[in-house]
Amino acid sequence: MTAYDEHRLAELIKALPPAPQAWVEAAQELPLARATLDDIVARAETDIAFRDALVADLEEALRLEGYEPESLPLDELQRRLDS
Amino acid sequence: MQLASLPDAQIVARCRQGDQDAWRELVSRFSRYVFAIATQAYRLRQEDAEEIFQEVFTRTYEHLERLRDDEAIRPWIGQLARRLCIDRLRAGSREELADLESMPGGADDTMDTLDEAFAVHEAMAGLSENCQEILDRFFARDESYQTIGAELGIPSGTIASRISRCLSKLRELMEGRNAGASPSG
Repeated sequence: MTAYDEHRLAELIKALPPAPQAWVEAAQELPLARATLDDIVARAETDIAFRDALVADLEEALRLEGYEPESLPLDELQRRLDS
Repeated sequence: MQLASLPDAQIVARCRQGDQDAWRELVSRFSRYVFAIATQAYRLRQEDAEEIFQEVFTRTYEHLERLRDDEAIRPWIGQLARRLCIDRLRAGSREELADLESMPGGADDTMDTLDEAFAVHEAMAGLSENCQEILDRFFARDESYQTIGAELGIPSGTIASRISRCLSKLRELMEGRNAGASPSG
């Protein structure tokens, strides 16, 4: 059985500081971002003009369509559009 | 019932059903652990740590359907985080990785400490909210007595004694957990 004194407990509490809030929030929004990505890719497969606009300027094309590029995993979107 | 009080397996099951709040709780529950693995056990630079952090949760989300044991989500996430950190270090300096893996106080020792720290943080849920706040703010967030006092509306001169009392209660909780986990007879 592990013996815990107050000093050891304090060290162990200290060992897990919070992750940066922005990292946590980005990970928490992952399912929504994924769903949005699926929508964009699906539309790009059927709408040639939309696909061309994305290829020309990804962020601008997304903004024009009402998406918030900063809240999306753009690297992954780019990979999916390229594949 | 509040999501924070649900066991890991139930959170995972809810995530699998598409419950967004359960996913937020899962990320919140393991975010410190993943962050600590990247920054303490494998000492990644901030930008690498951030990428690994997001990758761990992305893969967790993608693999929820294939998880064999929902109760084992923490060790599963821990192993995934380790593997991704090692891959990242291998892509950079091999010497750095060799040092971290072999030296005393290296990655393996730190992982043991982080697992123990996770258990302590779990046990803190058995304390009053006030105690949880005080201990977390003072030790994990490194806040001063003055800041804690102002944030929680308590005299800063009483913080030290409160910390001591809360640690004593936490010690009792940890000893209770260990006694419960010991084999009987």
